[in-house]
Amino acid sequence: MAASAGKTRLYTSGEWRNLRLGLLFVMPWLLGFLLFTVYPLLSSMYYSLTRYDLLRAPVFLGVENYTTLFTTDPHFWNVISNTMYYVGFSVPLGIGAAFLIANLLNSKIVAPSLFRGVIYVPAIVPAVASAMVWQFLMNVQYGAVNGLLRFLGLPVIPFLSSPVWAKPSLILVAIWAQGAAVVIFLAALQDVPRALYEAATVDGANRWHKFRNVTVPMMSPIILFNLVMGFIGAFQEFTIPWLLTEGGPMNSTEFYLVHLYRNAFRFLRMGKASAMAWILFLIIVAFTFVIFRSSARWVYYGGDQ
Amino acid sequence: MISTASEEATASASRARGADSYRVQRLAVEVGKYAILIPLTFSFAFPLYWMISSALKVDSQVYTVPPLLLPIPIHPQNFIEGWQVLPFTRYAINSIVLYTTPAVLFTVLSSTMVAYGFARIRWPGRDALFWLVVMTMMLPWAVTMVPLFITFKWLGWLDTYRPLVVPALFGHPYIIFLLRQFFLTLPQELSDAARIDGATEMGILFRIILPLTKPALAVVALFRFLWAWNDYLGPLIYLRDEASYPLALGIEQLSRRANDIGNFSNGIPYLMAVSTIVALPIIVTFFLAQRTFIEGISLTGLKG
Repeated sequence: MAASAGKTRLYTSGEWRNLRLGLLFVMPWLLGFLLFTVYPLLSSMYYSLTRYDLLRAPVFLGVENYTTLFTTDPHFWNVISNTMYYVGFSVPLGIGAAFLIANLLNSKIVAPSLFRGVIYVPAIVPAVASAMVWQFLMNVQYGAVNGLLRFLGLPVIPFLSSPVWAKPSLILVAIWAQGAAVVIFLAALQDVPRALYEAATVDGANRWHKFRNVTVPMMSPIILFNLVMGFIGAFQEFTIPWLLTEGGPMNSTEFYLVHLYRNAFRFLRMGKASAMAWILFLIIVAFTFVIFRSSARWVYYGGDQ
Repeated sequence: MISTASEEATASASRARGADSYRVQRLAVEVGKYAILIPLTFSFAFPLYWMISSALKVDSQVYTVPPLLLPIPIHPQNFIEGWQVLPFTRYAINSIVLYTTPAVLFTVLSSTMVAYGFARIRWPGRDALFWLVVMTMMLPWAVTMVPLFITFKWLGWLDTYRPLVVPALFGHPYIIFLLRQFFLTLPQELSDAARIDGATEMGILFRIILPLTKPALAVVALFRFLWAWNDYLGPLIYLRDEASYPLALGIEQLSRRANDIGNFSNGIPYLMAVSTIVALPIIVTFFLAQRTFIEGISLTGLKG
């Protein structure tokens, strides 16, 4: 930085020109990165060490927000276990279902784009609209599912009003909206070289062998991608649980972001919410790290690696 | 196939039995495939079918046991009556004029510039900075949510759309990433030739590169539109004044009203009607531009 004269010797005038031009073009992102990522990250770290209700100046507390969350907070561990339950079931089930559906759509079928379209559309419908229809469908008194059960003389299912059923119900909605993963898998399946399947056929492999020994290894990088993006998204799920159950019944769907939102914007506990955000950040980083480390064992990147 | 199989049957009975069982197995696989696929597709489609069908009913058709599959007699006036329960025209204008349009224009314009800088100009430090862009794609937005709110509140931007659209002027990492991938596919000679002719970088971007990447621009504009149109949490945090609500918050407001029993009749059909009106542009756009959508997701994993 200080020796700009030294730098002129490092770069030719053309390179200087390119550096100036390049920086000029990426300047919007660079500014945005500093203003909307770096500064918020740093200030959030500071706020997480304070008590701050937006009305009075922040009061410095040190790590008290963190220690309180982990030791005396009556809700935090419940929120963590709710979130782990949700993430632990919705992501593997969602990705697994998406993978199987993609394989089904990739086989020779009639009207593939119609089937693909119907399965993808729930992923792009506004979450608020989906929430409204699911809330109606799953209603105990007048929902269509329970209407059918009642007609058949079967007991009704309290999808959203029982603490036992609420989480599985929300996971069901999440799986319904998994279309993006299906399309990503489908695109990747179409890129698997035909020759590999032909070679497997010559070697006498049946469908299961081909699926197990060709499709799965060839798709493993995409499975990894969908898993990582799925986990990052599921940890931060907000709209559907907030609109369908608002954290209830009996706090059974009080997921991480729901609880964070409530603390920040309903109770104006900006310091506590910031501490929660940093804890979530570290959880997500740790999760991503573990998945990437484990991926060395199950992800296949071409023949030479 | 059949004739050869029967010829073989005369030649070797055991081999024919093998061919037959192979054909039976093929048939079973075909049947099994559709036996899974068709119910699966129906269950994916059912919630949205139920939304549209319930939008065309009145209360007495909603609360039947068993549920009424078809909305007969049909009540299309719900679409008008439901729309008028709350100022939805106002919300629609807010969604379109104040949110989606500027968000799409700002994001596409800024991200195009940035992507050009990362793809078509060679400069020291470029790849390191691009790596940062990729890193921010994985950054959980929950971490910046609270401090950004504090900053925007301090700027006096609450109850305006500025917190939702001004950041779009600074590019979006996913969209920068996608456009860069597209720009990289164009041959470098295009730019070199133009540079020799004395074109500026801006001239090259707007006259040469952009006309060649129109499909990519369509993909990113479509996804940015979708994110803004579907956004719920952003408006929920920043917009308190009902007059400034977008459609997403309007629907939620209607559902609160409809759930207060006795407030008005046909609450559920109205709610489903308005939800249909808000979801339908997305569904129709999807089936019209299916290839664009699929291309976008397949390339980058952009989500709806």
